[in-house]
Amino acid sequence: MTRILLLPFQIAFDFVQSVGQSVLFLGQILLALPGLLLRPGLVIQQMYMIGVLSLVIIVISGAFVGMVLGLQGYTTLVDFGAEESLGTLVALSIVRELGPVITALLFAGRAGSAVAAEIGLMRATEQLDGMAMMAVDPVRRIVAPRFLAGFLCMPLLAAIFSLMAIGVLGAYLIGVELLGVDAGAYWSQIQAQVDFNEDILNGIIKSLAFGAAVSWIAVFQGYHAAPTAEGVSRATTRTVVVSSLVVLGLDFILTSLMFGGV
Amino acid sequence: MTQTRLLEMIVGAFVILGVMAVFFLTMRVSNLASQGNSQDGFVVQARFENIGGLKVGAPVRLAGVRIGRVTGIQIDPQTFEAVVSIEVASRYNYLPDDSNASIYTAGLLGEQYIGLTPGGSERPLQAGDTIRFTQSALILEQIIGQFLFSKAEEGLSTPATPKP
Repeated sequence: MTRILLLPFQIAFDFVQSVGQSVLFLGQILLALPGLLLRPGLVIQQMYMIGVLSLVIIVISGAFVGMVLGLQGYTTLVDFGAEESLGTLVALSIVRELGPVITALLFAGRAGSAVAAEIGLMRATEQLDGMAMMAVDPVRRIVAPRFLAGFLCMPLLAAIFSLMAIGVLGAYLIGVELLGVDAGAYWSQIQAQVDFNEDILNGIIKSLAFGAAVSWIAVFQGYHAAPTAEGVSRATTRTVVVSSLVVLGLDFILTSLMFGGV
Repeated sequence: MTQTRLLEMIVGAFVILGVMAVFFLTMRVSNLASQGNSQDGFVVQARFENIGGLKVGAPVRLAGVRIGRVTGIQIDPQTFEAVVSIEVASRYNYLPDDSNASIYTAGLLGEQYIGLTPGGSERPLQAGDTIRFTQSALILEQIIGQFLFSKAEEGLSTPATPKP
């Protein structure tokens, strides 16, 4: 009976504890980052695992999101005779919102889960403890390179996604090649409406924030996974769930900071 | 060793691709290339009785070419007119000072902008000047109201046809 009564307190205390734990862990990672300058090979390897291997899903998703936006935008705008504004509609929605957010969600599902599972399995097979025994700091050797690689890859992936969606395959293909929007009007409308400081820079800032958040959650969940098969699977699941929620919440906060005053 | 080199090549290509994408977005998608953000100009003022839906940042055009933008909108407390500050790019320092400023609407649903019509004066417009000749925005309700009123006037003033 008392246990049931105490359960909410238990959950609250656990939550506060995990927040503190993750912040301290982030501090450890940040302290370990300068040491990576001596071992750039570690970061490059992780950039391959995290960034290059995510390219396919990012490119294809970007193309399809752009195509859908182009199609939907065209059918709506053509009623107003404003199909020339298709470029503006697609470019603003992609650069400001969809590019960073969808990339971050895919990134969490593709790279975040892999990182969490990898580190969790190292925890379960006692590789991390073995490293500590050999006086190799696992945070410096395993965690920090993955965190930095995720942080660096995310804006690049988001930019590639946006480019695919706006200019190369997505809305350009549908709107200009298929439905007959004038190509010059398409680009000039985009250029007239998209502002560098307002839109592009804010999109890059957003993707950097999302990259840091997703990487942080992934390495934390993996590092603190229970050392069993079940623990690894739970860490992987939790990584995807928590980072998706954090990305969407963070997106709202950042959007209200950036565009709320306008 | 070749394994490492290949890996580095692939990652390098990926980073270059990403940076190119950012660069392309900056140059092709945003207005950074087409219009220098740090264009300094000179500020002139124009007074309007009614500015309609004009907003700060609206373009100022001469013959359809954008030569500046609206930087501020205030009310003159004495005359109750709207005082609009216009920043004109410094390379257009040859506009006659008796030019006319009117508020137009771009397209049917477009934003409102200020169109300048050049006058014939010898003296060019300089910083701190006030444009004397202005035309306020057309307010649709007022026009329709005037139209209806004039129609009603016509209807009243037509003499009744005498009965035979």
